[in-house]
Amino acid sequence: MTQAAASFDAQGARASLAGPSDYLALLKPRVMSLVVFTSLAAMIVAPGTISPVIAFAALLCIAVGAGAAGALNQWYDADIDAIMTRTRTRPVPSGKIGRQEALEFGATLAAFSVFAMAFLVGYVPAILLAVTIAFYVFVYTMWLKRSTVHNIVIGGAAGALPPVIGWAAVNGHAFDPLPWHLFLIIFLWTPPHFWALALAGSDDYARAKVPMLPVVKGSRATRNHIVVYTLLLAASAVAPYVFGFTGLVYGITAAIGSAAFVALSVALWFAPAERERVVALRVFAFSIFYLFALFTALAAEMLIGFAPVQPTVMKTEQAVNHRAPGALPRSNW
Amino acid sequence: MDLTPEEKKKLNQRNWALAGVLLAFVALIFVVTIVKLGGNIANRPL
Repeated sequence: MTQAAASFDAQGARASLAGPSDYLALLKPRVMSLVVFTSLAAMIVAPGTISPVIAFAALLCIAVGAGAAGALNQWYDADIDAIMTRTRTRPVPSGKIGRQEALEFGATLAAFSVFAMAFLVGYVPAILLAVTIAFYVFVYTMWLKRSTVHNIVIGGAAGALPPVIGWAAVNGHAFDPLPWHLFLIIFLWTPPHFWALALAGSDDYARAKVPMLPVVKGSRATRNHIVVYTLLLAASAVAPYVFGFTGLVYGITAAIGSAAFVALSVALWFAPAERERVVALRVFAFSIFYLFALFTALAAEMLIGFAPVQPTVMKTEQAVNHRAPGALPRSNW
Repeated sequence: MDLTPEEKKKLNQRNWALAGVLLAFVALIFVVTIVKLGGNIANRPL
């Protein structure tokens, strides 16, 4: 354990000065809002019916599960967070919440969210939620983040799963095509989003010894990667429309948004060194708007009746719940 | 352990927040139970 991390443990033994807002900050509410939003959009377009109360419960479980993963990330990364300017005011490195307390808080909420999802909504979304949390904590935070330059490329899978969870919450289907298209979009969106941020703050990552692409390979290689990934993202973003899974509203939004994202990444590629930080922050900000625009268009065209009927390929929960005629009903509890 | 006024205030805030979360959870479980039962109680064979 590093010296910095040991000092956070010692702080956990003191009387706490943490308020409710500090615990909320431990849940990374901004990340949580993106996760909830993409899940909600997938729930709106998913075929099937779900009671608004159960839908609310599902979103709450997803939000708490994502927050729990964020808390566990801050527990494990307290030493890194204390070094980086962007993260040093977080509750653990600032000493408001002890490291052990963050671990217990995160682990409790993680278990709670998965069990609540299983009992209130269904087993398929609960399993997917558990996989998402485990992947973010064990694969991304504990393994990839400090060991490989591809940390956020592979780790992005955790942030990409929520639409699949939202979809499965509605109908129990884990392997339909559209939610995995949405997974692919967020998966390919994550690297340029984070690399743009890392370009703007590469000194931070270098001091914390986190092997982000700009730190290890340099600015030019990072800009190359951003352009390539943005092109792949653009192709994946319009694919749901091309394959007939979405309507024209989404198709137009994806085409215009993707063209703008590619144009910005090309502008970053050409940007002189002194303007790199400004343009990188512009790419970062636009990437958030872009993802919100895509999922808003997806949900909006369903709500206004412009979306095509969704095909499904696997009916997991129907198979699990299959009963012989005259058999007693299965309990959901 | 002797708490400072600031520590007491934060402890109080945490207690109220926890009480609120627990109450909200109880309410959620109650509403979900009603929704899941639906008309099955009224329509059950006697």
